[in-house]
Amino acid sequence: MSAVRLYTWQRLTAVLMVPLIAVHLIVIIYATNRGLSAAEILGRTRGSIAWGLYYSLFVVAASIHGAIGVRGVAREWLGWRETALDRLMWIFGVVLLVLGLRAVIAVVAL
Amino acid sequence: MSSAAETMIDVRVWRGGEEGEYQSFSVPRRDSQTVLDVVTWIQRNADPTLAYRFACRVGVCGSCAMTVNGRPRWTCRTHVSKVVEDGRLEIGPLANLPVIRDLAADMSPFFDKWQKAEGTFVPSRTRHEPLETISPESAERQAADAAIECINCGVCYAACDTVRWSPEYFGPAALNRSWSLVNDVRDAGNLKRLAAAASNGGCHNCHSHQSCEQLCPKGLNPTASIAGLKRRTMQAYIRGEIS
Amino acid sequence: MSARPHTTGYRGDRLWLAAMVHRVSGVLLAAFLPLHFLVLGLAIRGEAELDGFLQWTKSPLVKFAEIGLVLLLAIHLLGGIRVLVIENMPWRDGQKRMATLAAVAAVGIAGVFLVALL
Repeated sequence: MSAVRLYTWQRLTAVLMVPLIAVHLIVIIYATNRGLSAAEILGRTRGSIAWGLYYSLFVVAASIHGAIGVRGVAREWLGWRETALDRLMWIFGVVLLVLGLRAVIAVVAL
Repeated sequence: MSSAAETMIDVRVWRGGEEGEYQSFSVPRRDSQTVLDVVTWIQRNADPTLAYRFACRVGVCGSCAMTVNGRPRWTCRTHVSKVVEDGRLEIGPLANLPVIRDLAADMSPFFDKWQKAEGTFVPSRTRHEPLETISPESAERQAADAAIECINCGVCYAACDTVRWSPEYFGPAALNRSWSLVNDVRDAGNLKRLAAAASNGGCHNCHSHQSCEQLCPKGLNPTASIAGLKRRTMQAYIRGEIS
Repeated sequence: MSARPHTTGYRGDRLWLAAMVHRVSGVLLAAFLPLHFLVLGLAIRGEAELDGFLQWTKSPLVKFAEIGLVLLLAIHLLGGIRVLVIENMPWRDGQKRMATLAAVAAVGIAGVFLVALL
């Protein structure tokens, strides 16, 4: 995949995640302060369309961003060829996406 | 001043090619002495077989850059007092380039990459047309001027860890030149140039370490130029002008 | 005879370190994400399953690791904002100071988390 295409997607997802991570950090600190429990987490998320959308968007952005990032590190430090790098990126990205959306379903939909 | 009490510098100089070793020389310390003075002293007084490169000695030609105590420097304008550590100097050829012999690095890959980055002016008018009037105050011209004083010394290229990690990366100097031309309103080669900047060897390799900016003897900021290219290539990509 | 002379004196410079911290934190977060998702996915089999795991996270060692994770996320966020600003806004000098500021703020966020944890 072309360098400028990878760069554009990585930076767009980065910008998108700035507010998402800020909210995530606040939620982490707030929830930890109240004592982390499944009831606390699920009580907030289950049946919530807003949290469902928030986490879905977060998972999609993080999967794209992380997959491109890992590809870049492998390119520079492991010296892999372009085809191998693209394969790594897609496999890692899809694994993140599937596990992430599964987690969203687990905490929101069920 | 060659009394017995004169201060000496312990100088270690790279000898050989890719494989080689440091050779020690004791060189008398002088006032206002540059690193190039030290190398020249060795070649004239200790070992005439020492290979190194220089021409103007006054910071114009960009041919005397070497690695001095671990960092690339233009040796003709680098005072010993600025870089000496505990009375020692370690001088080697520029990094990230093949070594010809001793202190002379092969600059070919560096200049080849200027070509690959489309770092040459593409005129939009012929000599038969009237000269274009360019205001020095215009924003485009000032952006072009900001990056234009490069003397091709290769210091930034040798200081760039990203070049070290990605041998195909064009490096700071070539992309800085590219950015200068991108802003030159007289130039007609931007589409090809932006495509080059967006290729695998292009601007997106840069991690903004700013070693180029820290060490550029002309005080240029290739990191800022490369950031400009990142913006322009992304715009061109989103508009579908490059892929 | 030996290989090329040492030529990487710029390594360890503050902005070189900033890029390194950004990369390492990114790789570690990428490695952590699948585990994070798998744990939350436990809730598919019910609240008790997830709670069982969360009990395990009460151990001091895991708590300590959690502080590290918050620090990684905060430093990657703030360092990333610095990169986005460099790349997309008019150039600003003083990036060393900005990088230090990002690191200090990230440690501050991790500190707030530590207080919340206690």
